[in-house]
Amino acid sequence: MDILDYLKEERNKDWRKNLRSQIKTKDRTKTKKVKMPEENPDIRNTNNIEVNSGLTKEQALLEASRCIDCANPTCITGCPVGINIPKFIKNIESGDFLAAAATLKETNSLPAVCGRVCPQEIQCEEQCFYTTKLKLPPVAIGYLERFAADFEQNSGEISVPQVAEKNNIKIAVIGGGPAGLATATDLIKFGYDVTVFEALHEIGGVLKYGIPEFRLPNTIVDVEINNLKQMGVKFITNFIVGKTASFDDLRKEGFKAFFVASGAGLPNFMNIPGENFINIFSSNEYLTRVNLMNAANDNFDTPVFSGENVAIIGGGNTAMDSVRMAKRLGAKRAMIVYRRSREEMPARVEEVKHAIEEGIEFLNLHNPIEYFADEKRRVKSMKLQKMELGEPDDSGRRRPVPIEGAIEEIDVDTVVVAVGVSPNPLIPRSLSDLEVSKWGTIIVNDDMQSSIEDIFAGGDIVRGGATVILAMGDGRKAAIGINKYIKQKIKK
Amino acid sequence: MDNKIVEKIQFSENVVKLIINSPYIARSRKAGHFVIVRVDEEGERIPLTIAGSHPENGTIMLVIQRVGVSSAKLCDLNVGDTILDIVGPLGEATKIHKVGTILACGGGVGVAPMLPIVEAFKEAGNRVISIIAARTKDLIILEDEIRKHSDEVVIMTDDGSYGNKGLVTKGIEDIVAKEKINEAIVIGPAIMMKFAALTTKKHNIPTQASLNTIMVDGTGMCGACRVSVGGQTKFVCVDGPEFDAHLVDFDEMIERLGAYKDQEIIAHEKHEHKCKSKHQ
Ligand SMILES: Cc1cc2nc3c(=O)[nH]c(=O)nc-3n(C[C@H](O)[C@H](O)[C@H](O)COP(=O)(O)OP(=O)(O)OC[C@H]3O[C@@H](n4cnc5c(N)ncnc54)[C@H](O)[C@@H]3O)c2cc1C
Ligand SMILES: Cc1cc2nc3c(=O)[nH]c(=O)nc-3n(C[C@H](O)[C@H](O)[C@H](O)COP(=O)(O)OP(=O)(O)OC[C@H]3O[C@@H](n4cnc5c(N)ncnc54)[C@H](O)[C@@H]3O)c2cc1C
Ligand code: SF4
Ligand code: SF4
Ligand code: FES
Repeated sequence: MDILDYLKEERNKDWRKNLRSQIKTKDRTKTKKVKMPEENPDIRNTNNIEVNSGLTKEQALLEASRCIDCANPTCITGCPVGINIPKFIKNIESGDFLAAAATLKETNSLPAVCGRVCPQEIQCEEQCFYTTKLKLPPVAIGYLERFAADFEQNSGEISVPQVAEKNNIKIAVIGGGPAGLATATDLIKFGYDVTVFEALHEIGGVLKYGIPEFRLPNTIVDVEINNLKQMGVKFITNFIVGKTASFDDLRKEGFKAFFVASGAGLPNFMNIPGENFINIFSSNEYLTRVNLMNAANDNFDTPVFSGENVAIIGGGNTAMDSVRMAKRLGAKRAMIVYRRSREEMPARVEEVKHAIEEGIEFLNLHNPIEYFADEKRRVKSMKLQKMELGEPDDSGRRRPVPIEGAIEEIDVDTVVVAVGVSPNPLIPRSLSDLEVSKWGTIIVNDDMQSSIEDIFAGGDIVRGGATVILAMGDGRKAAIGINKYIKQKIKK
Repeated sequence: MDNKIVEKIQFSENVVKLIINSPYIARSRKAGHFVIVRVDEEGERIPLTIAGSHPENGTIMLVIQRVGVSSAKLCDLNVGDTILDIVGPLGEATKIHKVGTILACGGGVGVAPMLPIVEAFKEAGNRVISIIAARTKDLIILEDEIRKHSDEVVIMTDDGSYGNKGLVTKGIEDIVAKEKINEAIVIGPAIMMKFAALTTKKHNIPTQASLNTIMVDGTGMCGACRVSVGGQTKFVCVDGPEFDAHLVDFDEMIERLGAYKDQEIIAHEKHEHKCKSKHQ
C-alpha cells in the first residue's frame, strides 16, 4: 500500500474522526505549547540527574490536543524514519498511551532515545503546520514521543514486536550504536539469525559512551537493548570485526551478510601548537572516561582530570555535552570557544538553552591558535584569535574570518577539543577492496550496499558525524537491502 | 570458558605471567599486537602486549608488572578466575622481514612484548642478538624463552647483580663495536627507549620502539594515546604501537605518561588499604 493511502486510511478511522470533532481546530490552536518540567539549573549543574523530567500525563494530554491531525501531515516529511506522527499523538489524546508507543515502534525502535536527542527543531517540528503556516510554536512532537515511550517503559508492559518464523540465515551487525540496533530490530523481525558484534564492553555506541546521563540515562538505552535480546538478537561485546576475527572468518562461520555500523569514532584535532600538552583531551576521551568508565565515581578505577578553568572548543552537541559535564565535574569557569556566532552553533537549540541556564560562558567568534604549558607540560593558557562574520560559505553559514591583530590570551587548566569526528578507519583498513570516499566514509548504493556484495553499511561510517535518527534510518534501509540481497541469492 | 586463567607463574615479586583462554585472539594475533583488559566492573581499561599464544589450545600469554591499581588487581588473580573483558588483538603487527642482523633490546617487563618479536625475526631467517636489561637480577624475566629464539643474548643489570653491569645503552655500544647491526628494536620504560634510541641513532641503525602510552579504548576513538612522531600526531593504538624510534618525541611521551600521577597515587593507596583490611 502506498504510504499516503495508509496515512489516509488510518486518519479516516472512526476514533480519529471522533477526536477531531471533539475540539474545534481554532480552540486547539489557542492552547499554549507545554513547558517541559526541568531540574533547577543551579542544582542540576552539580549532579548527573536528567535535566528534563518529562511531561506529566495532564501536560501530555493537553499538548496532544494541540495537534490538529492535519489532512496533509507535513511533520512526517521532517522525520527521517517517517513516524506516523498524528496517529501516535492522537493515541495520546485519546488516553491510549501504549497504542501511541506501538505506533512509534512501527518505524522507530528507539523512541525513548529519539524523543530526547533528535534535533526536532530542524526535523519534524520544523515541518509542523504550526511552524510553517501559523507561525506559532510547533506541537512538541519530541516531548510527546518521549512521553509515550517512557510510559511504555515504566508500564512493565513493553510489547515485544512480532518476529517472523526463523529462517536460520545468519547476519552479522558490526557496531552496537543506533544504526546497528535499528538494523538488528528489523532483521530479527524478518526472521534472520542476528548477531551484533561490538568493540567496546557495552552496547549502545555513542548513546553510552558519548551522550551523558543528564541528557540520556543509560537505563533508557538498556531497556531497548533488553527488548532486542528478548526478540532473539545475540550480542557479543569485546569483539572487533577485522581484528578479533576477519570478515572471511565470519563468512566461514556461516554469516551470509554484514551490516557495518562502526560509527565515526575518530576524533579530529586542530593541529595547532601545543595541542598534545597534558590536560588537553578529545571530547571522546573526556566523555568516555565519565560516561562509559564512570570516572567521576570514586569506586571506579578510571581517573578523569577536570580543572577550574575549562575551555571546550566547538559548537556542536559534543561540545555542549562536554562543557556541561565540565561544570558538573566542578569547573569554576566552563567555557565554549567557538569560531562562529551563537546562532550558527550546530548543537540542538535546547542544549544551548540549558547550557546558558547552567552558567556556561560562551566565547563566540573566538578561535584557539596556540596553547601554552607550565614546566610539567600541563596546559596553562591559550591564545585566541577573534573572528568576525564574512561572506556565506558552501554550507550557507557566514564564514568566520580573523580580525587582524585581535588576539587575546586566557588562562585554562583543561581543554576539551570537540571539533568533529572522522569515520572509524578500522574496518576500511581491514578490507582492501572496499570503496571509500576521500573522507574515509564507506560508499554505498541506494540499498546501503557497499562495493563488496555481502557488506552493507550505514550511520556515521557512511555519513561522517550525523544524528541518531539518520543512523537509524540507514539501519532500516539496510535491513530491507539485506533482505532483498539474501532473497536474490537464494533464488539463484 | 573465555577469559579464564588457566596458568599463573610468578616471575618475581612484581611480575606475573598469566595464560588465559581466549580462542579468537589466540588465533588472530601476530607479534606486536596487544589487548585491552578490564578486570572487573569498576576496573579501567589497560593495554597489555600479547607475549605469546597457543592457537590450538586457544590461549594467550600476558606478562604483567605490578605498578598501580589495575595491574595489581590482575597480578592478584589466580588460576580459575576469569577476567571480565579482554579485547583484541589491537595495534599494527610488527613488520617482520629478513634484514640480516637484528638487535632486540628489552628493558624490565618490556622483555615480554619483545619475546614474540624476537621469535618472529628469528623465524624469518635473521641473526638475532637480544639484550635483556633490568635494574637487578630478580627483575630479569623470560631469559630462557628469549635464549631459545636468539643467536646471542646479553644480560645487563644496573647493579651488576647478574650478567654485565650497566645500562642497556652500554650493552648496545658493546655489540655495535664488534659487529654490524642492520636493524634494532627497543621495548621498555620510556626513558630507557629514549636513550637506547639516541645510541642507535648515533650509529645510524634504523630502530623501532614499541610505545606504551596511556590508553582508554585502544581502537582510535579517544586520542589519549597520542604521541608526536616526526612532528606529526599519531595514535599509538591504531598507528602503532611501533614507530621509528628516532622520530618519537620521548620527552613529550614521558610527561604525558604522568598525566594522572596524582590520581594514581591516591587510587593506589586506597587499593592497598582495601586489600589490607580484607586480609585482617
Ligand atoms: C557527545 C555526542 C553527543 C551527540 N548528541 C547527539 C544528539 O543530541 N542528537 C543526535 O541526533 N545525535 C547526536 N550525536 C551524534 C550521534 O550520536 C551519532 O550520529 C550516532 O550515534 C551514529 O550512530 P552509529 O550507529 O552510526 O555509530 P555509533 O553510535 O558511533 O556506534 C558505532 C559502534 O560501533 C562500534 N565499532 C566500531 N568499529 C567496530 C568494529 N570493527 N567491530 C565491532 N564494533 C565496532 C563502536 O565501538 C560503537 O559502539 C552525538 C554524538 C556525540 C559524540
Ligand atoms: C601497547 C601497550 C602494551 C603494554 N604492554 C604491557 C605488558 O605487556 N605488561 C605490562 O606490565 N605493562 C604493559 N603496558 C603498560 C600497562 O598498560 C600499564 O602498566 C598499566 O596500564 C598501568 O596501570 P595501573 O593501574 O596498574 O597503574 P597506574 O596507577 O595507572 O600507573 C602507575 C604508573 O604506571 C604508569 N602508567 C600508567 N599507565 C601506563 C601505561 N599505559 N603504560 C606505561 N605506564 C603507565 C604511570 O605513569 C604511573 O607512574 C603496556 C602499555 C601499552 C600502551
Ligand atoms: S524520531 Fe525524531 S524526527 Fe522523527 S518524530 Fe521523533 S523526534 Fe521527530
Ligand atoms: S503538522 Fe503538526 S499539527 Fe499537523 S499533524 Fe503534524 S504535528 Fe499535528
Ligand atoms: S587509546 Fe583511545 S585512541 Fe588510542
